Amino acid sequence: LFALARQRVGRGDVTLELAGPVTVEALKRELGVTYPELAPLLPHVLIAVAGEYAADDMVIPPGAEIAAIPPVSGGSGAHRPRRHPSLLQAIEAER
Amino acid sequence: MIEITEAPIDHAALTERVRSNFTGAVCTFLGTVREMTGDRRTASLEYEAYPEMALKKMAELEAEARRRWPLIDAALVHRVGCLDLGEISVVVAVSCPHRDQAFEACRWLIDTLKDVVPIWKKEVWADGSEEWVHPGV
Repeated sequence: LFALARQRVGRGDVTLELAGPVTVEALKRELGVTYPELAPLLPHVLIAVAGEYAADDMVIPPGAEIAAIPPVSGGSGAHRPRRHPSLLQAIEAER
Repeated sequence: MIEITEAPIDHAALTERVRSNFTGAVCTFLGTVREMTGDRRTASLEYEAYPEMALKKMAELEAEARRRWPLIDAALVHRVGCLDLGEISVVVAVSCPHRDQAFEACRWLIDTLKDVVPIWKKEVWADGSEEWVHPGV
């Protein structure tokens, strides 16, 4: 966990008990149940699996490092349209 | 060249680093700690990174910029930790044969870095309150 998510839970590393392989979406749901203080933030949070932004329907492989990524700082982003962080993957997919 | 550092960033050294006889244009962007946001006064900023992923994303940005523009060289350096007013939080320095390319590449790199690289900032306001900056939350 990072930034506001880490602050709300009070630590950077958390452990979830999950029954078998789960999707990113299910993981986010479980995060919200286990840590209700995260629930309001989760709609804005992207999950990274092994250092890549992951789609909601991705099944998380065993042993992968998982990170909850709240919206990044954006600078003066209020003055220009924000782009989704998976932009780069979209660029790659077009090639 | 990609780096995340807790030490103050030497922007002049980075500009020199991307300069060469092959370049006709060098563009260096500095992000600095602003005191006033509207009516609110900042005391300091704290930057936090997910370093492994941030370095990977910054390297992808540099690679993508090299595909889009004829970059001779590029340097992307972000600072983390506690920064005082006026200090440099991020530097993007690029060199190209011509200035249009350098301006465009530099602008794209800093804008995209701000959108995709997992680095967050916390405002420490002069009134003592603190606030993580998460656009849209």
